[in-house]
Amino acid sequence: MSTEVANAGEVISPIFGRLTLDWIPYHEPILIGTFAGVALGGLAVLALMTYFRLWMPLWRDWVTSVDHKKIGIMYMVLGFIMMVRGFADALMMRAQQAMAAGGATGYLPPHHFDQVFTAHGVIMIFFVAMAFVTGIMNYVMPAQIGARDVAFPFLNNFSFWMTVAGALLVNISLFVGEFGRVGWLAFPPLSGAAYSTGPGMDYYLWSLQIAGVGTTLSGINLIATILKMRAPGMKLMDMSVFTWTTLCTNVLIVAAFPVLTASLALLTLDRYLGTHFFTNDFGGNAMMYINLIWIWGHPEVYILIIPCFGIFSEIVATFSGKPLFGYKAMVYATACIMVLSFVVWLHHFFTMGSGANVNTFFGITTMIISVPTGVKIFNWLFTMYKGQVRLEVPMLWTIGFLVTFTIGGMTGVLLAVPPVDFQLHNTLFLIAHFHNVIIGGVVFAVYAAVSYWWPKAFGFKLDDRLGKATFWFWFIGFWFAFMPLYALGLMGVTRRMNSYADAAWQPYFIVAAFGALLILCGILCTFANFGYSILNRKKLACGPDPWNGRTLEWAMQSPPAPYNFPQEIHVRGRDEFWRMKQEGFTWAESYAPIHMPKNTATGVLLAAFALAFGFAMVWYIWWLAGLAFLAMIAIGIGHTFNYNRDYFIPATTVAATEAKGATA
Amino acid sequence: MTPFDATRAGAIPGLAAAQAHDHDHGAGHSSPTAIGFWIYLMSDCIIFGCLFATYAVLGGNYAGGPGPKDLFEPGFVAVETALLLISSVTFGLAMLKAEAGARGATMAWLVVTALFGAGFIGMEVYEFRHLVHIGAGPDRSAFLSAFFALVGTHGLHVTAGLIWLVTLLVQVGQRGLVPANMQRLSTLSMFWHFLDLVWIGVFSFVYLVRLI
Repeated sequence: MSTEVANAGEVISPIFGRLTLDWIPYHEPILIGTFAGVALGGLAVLALMTYFRLWMPLWRDWVTSVDHKKIGIMYMVLGFIMMVRGFADALMMRAQQAMAAGGATGYLPPHHFDQVFTAHGVIMIFFVAMAFVTGIMNYVMPAQIGARDVAFPFLNNFSFWMTVAGALLVNISLFVGEFGRVGWLAFPPLSGAAYSTGPGMDYYLWSLQIAGVGTTLSGINLIATILKMRAPGMKLMDMSVFTWTTLCTNVLIVAAFPVLTASLALLTLDRYLGTHFFTNDFGGNAMMYINLIWIWGHPEVYILIIPCFGIFSEIVATFSGKPLFGYKAMVYATACIMVLSFVVWLHHFFTMGSGANVNTFFGITTMIISVPTGVKIFNWLFTMYKGQVRLEVPMLWTIGFLVTFTIGGMTGVLLAVPPVDFQLHNTLFLIAHFHNVIIGGVVFAVYAAVSYWWPKAFGFKLDDRLGKATFWFWFIGFWFAFMPLYALGLMGVTRRMNSYADAAWQPYFIVAAFGALLILCGILCTFANFGYSILNRKKLACGPDPWNGRTLEWAMQSPPAPYNFPQEIHVRGRDEFWRMKQEGFTWAESYAPIHMPKNTATGVLLAAFALAFGFAMVWYIWWLAGLAFLAMIAIGIGHTFNYNRDYFIPATTVAATEAKGATA
Repeated sequence: MTPFDATRAGAIPGLAAAQAHDHDHGAGHSSPTAIGFWIYLMSDCIIFGCLFATYAVLGGNYAGGPGPKDLFEPGFVAVETALLLISSVTFGLAMLKAEAGARGATMAWLVVTALFGAGFIGMEVYEFRHLVHIGAGPDRSAFLSAFFALVGTHGLHVTAGLIWLVTLLVQVGQRGLVPANMQRLSTLSMFWHFLDLVWIGVFSFVYLVRLI
């Protein structure tokens, strides 16, 4: 079929598929340098782990763990590692565009530059923002509803490792072969078999498909958790706002990710079996893909931002010392945004030519979303009003968010006007807009969440000065990096340009590159802060409730015991922990055995074979693909023959753990 | 009253009650498996929704190739449909026997279900082979791409259901109708009926409407 047509002349070996030595980019100095750095760093980590005998603890306590807290932390680690990779791509683009003006070609050839912007988008959305958001939901939500774990703990572990497998596949493409050169949503026909012949596009498809399985299952898991695992007495309207936003986001995940799965699968069929869904000939229709992918893509940005609204709601209430203003309005606004996010997708391609009526409909629905979002902004402001506001680091991020996100939201409403969008479509104005809301919304929220819940996870606070330095570098860096892009976009500068003729644009690009360097300082401060705080953890140690919190997670020890709560909590209303503190609560003296799920290696094994399967499919190594697929089925079926999946923590162990926690 | 009802915590229904629920990690909750699987089915439903939409958009693009009237035979599809619908009925009978605690009868009805399911898959594989053979494969036109994707995805689901069914037959044989297996039976039953429902959509929307 057309695989052979598309790759005519390519030799496919029965053993290595189309993988030959030519696909190892040993002639590219940038990649060789990167590879040397990654290899040396990796070797150092391996050596240190062996020296300190950490392999067994890593396997036993983390890799095979089904504990939602450990999985949450692992998601955060994945997010920070991938953020370094995605940000390196960003720096390369900023450097290239700062140089390549008026005839200069810069240092990145077009085929490399195109891979860089594709990888940047894919990594930042799927493996940074999604990893962060999923990690925070995993860690915090079960604790906030007074549960011991999620509804399906094994599935949670499996979901995480599938996300890792996807991330690994993207990173393998850096050193073996290439990545897609098609932009982060890979529109056909450019991404089809006819115009993207190499393995880069296939890396894109299989890494997202594998990670997508994890995301969908995790969405199902967290919805079931909220619906079925709440502490007795906790009604839906007693849940914290973060839990509500988690619920709404996971409903969006379950409703939207299958669309991504389907559209990527159809594109895969086009590329592998020569079907004609999105081709130019034989009746295919590329706009079908663009509609489908945005029916996923627009809810996706709300999947990212809605939990962040929840994070800010928790922080603003805690650091104002007041209950959140307008709780019900907040819940309804979140639900409204959830529903509306499904009826705006066409605003991503007003220029498709669907006519004034269709564009008007989608323009208006888009503008309407700003109403519930505005409700939220005012609720946060009114929560602070007349509160005892403490300007701790999480609160700095919150205020930074309120300013930044409001401006990003307003440029979004500008773009929602179809005639304006015809001018600004695919310009840097759009790039500035979505970075404005994703950095100002998601990244700021993740930083706020990390500084807010870190003491809960590890029992000590992060350093204050370094935390403030991180904030100011990111905040100021963001404005330097993206305000010039708004201006350039209004001048008509399109996105994804390797070089440009008009030298008058160059000063703006240089300012943007300077902003990116400031953000680099912010990222360096982040890791400095982690290192410094871990070294000084004795000095920074704090109790289980360092911020005077309001919700149930602060009732756990810091760091929490595996079972979270030694006893079941009977919830009587909103902000239950605040009420418990007013009443001077203590845990009862007598403990009962606690029922817990057992660790399992099935998840990581399945994901390992999924990775092998993906790699084999990318390179047409059919025997390995078949073998890996059969292995996945065998392991999956084998897992169902294990009926012994839980155990009890004896009451004496609970008592001992609680006594130790009380004195620590 | 303290938030911790000490008597209740002390009496945390103990081992007996907790063991009754396979997936229960805190006392007082019913198993989340049923609702979790329902949510999964709804996500699967959206995948089918996308494929139906794709068929709706591309289904008329024959690119000069054969159309539905040249390819589909109502009699053949009617038999195929009957096999799948009957398999849903026999699965229902298996569930009734399982509720009554009759292991042998349950397994017998499951075997009958599997045979009907395998018959359905066999007919579908035959139809696909035939179409490819006469030059109406998925690479012939966008209409045929959309047809193969939608019907094939349903077929893959039924195949997965068959593998699951055989696995469960072994497990019921080994351990009997223990609560964990009852849970699995009812989950698979939801899956099987769901596929039946999707097929009714396929039958009406892909075959019936296009033959009128």
